[in-house]
Amino acid sequence: MTQIELSGVQKWFGAVQVIKDLNLKIEDNEFIVLLGQSGCGKTTTLRAVAGLETIDEGDILIDGKAVQHLKAADRDIAMVFQSFSLYPHMTVYENIAFPLRATRMNRADTDKSVREVAKVLRITDLLDRRPSALSGGDMQRVAIGRALVRRPKAMLMDEPIGALDAKLREEMRAEIKRLHVKQGSTTIYVTHDQIEAMSLADRIVIMHEGVLQQVGSPEEVYQHPQNLFVAQFVGSPVMNVANASVSESAGKASVTAEGATQGFPFPNELLAKLNGSAGKPLSLGIRPEGVIVAHEAADGFVPAVAHIIEPLGSYDIVDLKFGEHMLRARTRSGFVAGPGAQVFARLDPTQTHFFDAASGQSLGVRL
Amino acid sequence: MAAVKTGAEVAGNRIAIVAVLIITLIFLAPIYWIIATSFKPRNLSTTIPPTIVFTPEISPFVKLFTKRSQLREQPTQEQLDAAPWWERIVLEGGEKVVRDGKGNVQWSAYPNRFMNSLIVAITSTVLAVGMGTITAYGFSRFKVKGEADLLFFILSTRMLPPVVVAIPMFLMYRAVGLNDTHWGLILLYTAFNLSFAVWLMKGFIDEIPKEYEEAALVDGYTRMQAFFKIVIPEAATGIAATAVFCFITAWNEYAFALIMTNRRAQTAPPFIPSQVGSGLPDWTVIAAGTFLFLLPVAIFTFLLRNHLLRGMSFGAIRK
Ligand SMILES: Nc1ncnc2c1ncn2[C@@H]1O[C@H](COP(=O)(O)OP(=O)(O)OP(=O)(O)O)[C@@H](O)[C@H]1O
Ligand SMILES: [Mg+2]
Repeated sequence: MTQIELSGVQKWFGAVQVIKDLNLKIEDNEFIVLLGQSGCGKTTTLRAVAGLETIDEGDILIDGKAVQHLKAADRDIAMVFQSFSLYPHMTVYENIAFPLRATRMNRADTDKSVREVAKVLRITDLLDRRPSALSGGDMQRVAIGRALVRRPKAMLMDEPIGALDAKLREEMRAEIKRLHVKQGSTTIYVTHDQIEAMSLADRIVIMHEGVLQQVGSPEEVYQHPQNLFVAQFVGSPVMNVANASVSESAGKASVTAEGATQGFPFPNELLAKLNGSAGKPLSLGIRPEGVIVAHEAADGFVPAVAHIIEPLGSYDIVDLKFGEHMLRARTRSGFVAGPGAQVFARLDPTQTHFFDAASGQSLGVRL
Repeated sequence: MAAVKTGAEVAGNRIAIVAVLIITLIFLAPIYWIIATSFKPRNLSTTIPPTIVFTPEISPFVKLFTKRSQLREQPTQEQLDAAPWWERIVLEGGEKVVRDGKGNVQWSAYPNRFMNSLIVAITSTVLAVGMGTITAYGFSRFKVKGEADLLFFILSTRMLPPVVVAIPMFLMYRAVGLNDTHWGLILLYTAFNLSFAVWLMKGFIDEIPKEYEEAALVDGYTRMQAFFKIVIPEAATGIAATAVFCFITAWNEYAFALIMTNRRAQTAPPFIPSQVGSGLPDWTVIAAGTFLFLLPVAIFTFLLRNHLLRGMSFGAIRK
């Protein structure tokens, strides 16, 4: 049973504020992923929880007890670092046993624990090797083993698989998920890879320049981004965002993106939902899969010209030009013949998001 | 990696190898000369041209370790028969081994000077490397106010040629009674080597990712434990390289040793040339002393050669 709570945490490096009033409550056994761009303060947050970095203000609570003044050694937390996580002068066995030696556990129990963890991680046959003789994936397996062996209150992982190649990352992702399901421990996992975040997290915490942007389940942050940053950071390919205006003519609502020659028709209820905000500058957001492409003109479809086509195997990403305006659509592979092809497109109203263009905050309007 | 080579490149390589061999031989010649002389009979040691082929003898070493006096007449056959083999060697050379009243053989000053060298060099190396490592760790891992200035100051203690301060140091040492003591020289050599050790070790410790210690801190160790269990083993290569440099400097130091010591704490470097006193020096004995003096550094360096090779590349092939 371990809960971790960050309350009003602030951290400066000299004149630069790296963590800005961070509040976050992590439940027992929860797998939390800190997601954000490079330099947004993820590692600093994690190091603060681990006790490797002092915080300037606020509290860090573990099971309700303030720990910000405790040394790292006294917090009973394990951490997996992105790189340099194994001691080169020790064998794999010694590396895994190292945290146990700090607790002065006796030899037999140490051996039992090390072998147990090695078995779970399927690295038993590597125990006598030196880290230099391991592959990148095995190194990180051992590093995770070293973190698990002590059965700490919580696990912190700082981009533990960020340095691996794409295929191995996918494998390790599944492994980490399997381990978490099996062992169950409160985990904070840092990554800048949104796919990793989506696939692992119970809840994702999205940070930007030291400010927490949104906390929610993968589905929540994907379907209901609270602001433009989250909307564009989560999801691949990236969501289309455009300044847009909503208008009504002949009793029909339509949304016109800046630079486009023709508006997209929308259900009339949009007007009611937007009521107060209709006049303000808006940003329209729609993921490529919400842009529906057809070869034939039809009711509600707007003509467009294919510009660039990226074939991605199972689907294509097509850049469509509506006059000056550009939208990226996701189509079946080979659906659009080639650049310059004339197609027709409409927006799926249920997949559109509206944001206040000035503040970037979501207007919370969904159809 | 077997890169393709043209005939010209192969020839070029051969020439280079021959050149390296010749240069090596030139550099080794004095060492050969010392070693050869230390096994020569006295009458062959100063021949012109030098004697290359001779029957090696260990008489120079026997003479090196014993106190001797000139015989006025040839030793009698009885004397020769009565003497043990090593004493016979001395007698045949026209000298006799000095004994005290109880008949105990008197040692020469050499073993004592050699011991002094060992004591001073080893102790000062341990101190300089130990303190240097800890200081370097501090500079490497913590924010130290005025770090750059302090490091420059530490280095600046090496900028003055040591002989410049030799006379004032001598006067100060005499005032506090440190001249001709082991601790006096140890202090001097430690101070002298410390700046070097700090700089060298800082380079090595900077190379060790701080994540190693942080992992240990999170795993339940104190910073001290992390230092001894992680940093020291990781820095072993650097420590070895630094120790060899410090040891060589302390072992070979001549100027201060000459000024600060004369008997009790005198080290081998000032002692060896002092044997070239008045009269005809026995070059074989001096060569034997010099040869033995070369050994510790050679052995020390040889034992640490693997560390040294890695250390010299300053972490380039670490990991
Ligand atoms: N010890 C330090 N001293 C000064 N500034 C620091 C220090 N550590 C980090 N920073 C700065 O704090 C900011 C946040 O760093 P942090 O390492 O937390 O980012 P991150 O989100 O983990 O990025 P990445 O994905 O690149 O690892 C960065 O701008 C970084 O330059
Ligand atoms: Mg980071």
